[in-house]
Amino acid sequence: MTGERLLLSGDDAVALAALHAGVRLGTGYPGTPSTEILETFDQLGGHAQWSPNEKVALEVGLGSAFAGARTIVTMKHVGLNVAADPLFTAAYTDLVGGLIVVSADDPGMASSQNEQDNRHYARAAALPMLEPTDSQQAYDFTWLGFEISERWKIPVILRLTTRVCHAKTVVRPRPALQTPPEPGFRRDVPARVMIPAYAKPAHLRLRQKLAEITAWNETEGPHQLTAGDARLGIVATGIAAVHAREAAPEASQLTVGLTYPLPLERIRAFAEGVERLVVIEEGDPVLVESLRAAGIPAEGKPEMYRFGELNVARVRRILASDTSPEAVPPKGKPPELCQGCSHRGVFETLRDLNCIVSGDIGCYTLGVLPPFSAMDTCVCMGASIGVGLGMRHVLPEEQARRVVSVIGDSTFVHSGITGLAEMVYNPPPTGHVVLILDNGTTAMTGQQEHPGTGRLLDHSPTGKISFEALAESMGVQNVHVVDSQKIETLRELVIDLLARNETSLVVTRQPCVLAAPKIRFYEKANAEQRATETCAADVVD
Amino acid sequence: MKVKNIVIAGLGGQGVLKASDILADAAFRAGFDVKKSELHGMSQRGGSVSSDVRYGECVLSPMVPPGEADVLVVLEPTQVEINRPTLRADGILIGPDAIAPDALKNKKSLNVALLGAISTVLDIPDEHWMAAMHANLAEKLHALNEQAFEIGRDAARARS
Repeated sequence: MTGERLLLSGDDAVALAALHAGVRLGTGYPGTPSTEILETFDQLGGHAQWSPNEKVALEVGLGSAFAGARTIVTMKHVGLNVAADPLFTAAYTDLVGGLIVVSADDPGMASSQNEQDNRHYARAAALPMLEPTDSQQAYDFTWLGFEISERWKIPVILRLTTRVCHAKTVVRPRPALQTPPEPGFRRDVPARVMIPAYAKPAHLRLRQKLAEITAWNETEGPHQLTAGDARLGIVATGIAAVHAREAAPEASQLTVGLTYPLPLERIRAFAEGVERLVVIEEGDPVLVESLRAAGIPAEGKPEMYRFGELNVARVRRILASDTSPEAVPPKGKPPELCQGCSHRGVFETLRDLNCIVSGDIGCYTLGVLPPFSAMDTCVCMGASIGVGLGMRHVLPEEQARRVVSVIGDSTFVHSGITGLAEMVYNPPPTGHVVLILDNGTTAMTGQQEHPGTGRLLDHSPTGKISFEALAESMGVQNVHVVDSQKIETLRELVIDLLARNETSLVVTRQPCVLAAPKIRFYEKANAEQRATETCAADVVD
Repeated sequence: MKVKNIVIAGLGGQGVLKASDILADAAFRAGFDVKKSELHGMSQRGGSVSSDVRYGECVLSPMVPPGEADVLVVLEPTQVEINRPTLRADGILIGPDAIAPDALKNKKSLNVALLGAISTVLDIPDEHWMAAMHANLAEKLHALNEQAFEIGRDAARARS
């Protein structure tokens, strides 16, 4: 392995480092731009699993780390909101095996509903955060993350952004760890049972850990100093650091790798050696505000550069304090639902019935665009059901009766089940209609499996959740399954259900047109596998 | 050596990303520092796609700054104008019309034919192009794409 040179995306580099560093379990929920980490980890021979959502993924990962195994948990930025509950208290616990939580942020929203800056989470949860600039650092920081995590028994957040995740750059890997730690249970109640009696000292321990990590970060942290002209000093993080190096090659630059807790004295010393200090960071003014709070006089970027991704041209403008309007790039062709997509007929039906459509996150969000124009809200994973119910409760009856919630199969498992519980528990006077658009895959992120497909991340067979049986057992009054292609049947059914004052769930089912050939292939392979196993069992009998 | 900037653009499903993977891999095999970047996700649903490939002795940002592309390759006529601002004033534009309409046995190999066309203006030896194609395409597609690559290269040479 040593001396080998590879061209890898940041996601693939994290997966390779996880394998080399002896990770025993990778969990996560698909989300652009993080999805490929677990897929690659699986292809390289690692044990990777899709969880129903990020909260469960982190909980499984935490259990694995308590049990002494190196563990990686992956998600996109908004996924960390879902996993925030375990994250904040996991910070109080003492881990045994190293735990890395990957947060893949999407500044510019290439494929997301917001561009939240998850650097805020490091400070809020008091967890160390590493921010690589390219695939080599993504690889190195994954190794380093496990070392920090195990030395201080603390989860580490590895924050990537879209361009770090998906850009391919050169990586030189190091030799794989030969003997990763063996899992085994050791009881340590005060370190893992967060009742107030144990959590109070645990909070003090956490602050002590951070103080020690700060001291380490000041002297040994993974920061890069580029000597240059003392007239301009740049402090930068993540992908913005390489844009800055290109925009101002003559400048002195300090690229900070472990960005929480910050090496403030190191930055102060750098600041004292330059005439003008500018912070180049993508997203919110997190770094510049920290420096100013520490009394380091730093220039930030004008507010207009908070929005969207940075690039070399924008960094040049920031350095020139240029706030003139930016050239608007020409608009490309927007994406659309595929020809033959099973969602098309559903949205045509809802449009023609003049429904008020509470939508959700997935390919089917494209139902908002012409020619369908059949979506009225979309906020976060699973929100379609709650938002639909809220509107039904307060709208005048004529309007309330037109409200439907539309959710995809993977999204339903992710966070729609509790919405269904709400519908059964607090039904609006006009009832409600929920449509699960079941195309048999997590289509938007590239056709990943989920608990409703009956197949694991590697497509081998496993248990399968039946949405219709689940809804019936929860007490939904009307449960129907229709073929998404049978538009007339669907139309009549929806008209009928909208007229009732009852709770209804309709599963419209037809595989994703892109995934269908693969699904047939997996099912055939799995059936053959089962047949072979049955034959073998017969022989033994 | 100055960094070479190439942008490949088209619509989702045309093989833009495959072409940029092959180009980046060929430059990588030739020993250059390489960075390649594009946006995934929504772009896969038939929308506009473009991919940046940069190579040289040391590449910093993975994105080609606007107006700094040395070569712009476009697979779809409607996508030429929206991508033109990325091209340097004296940069080279290679559009789908660089290949005669009936020259290719399979229109899906247009992406590789256009790589053949740009190979005449890039300093990457042929052996690395071939190795990169083989590494990034299924074996049954090798012969067809080698042919497409040559058709593109010959067409570009005939024009210059």
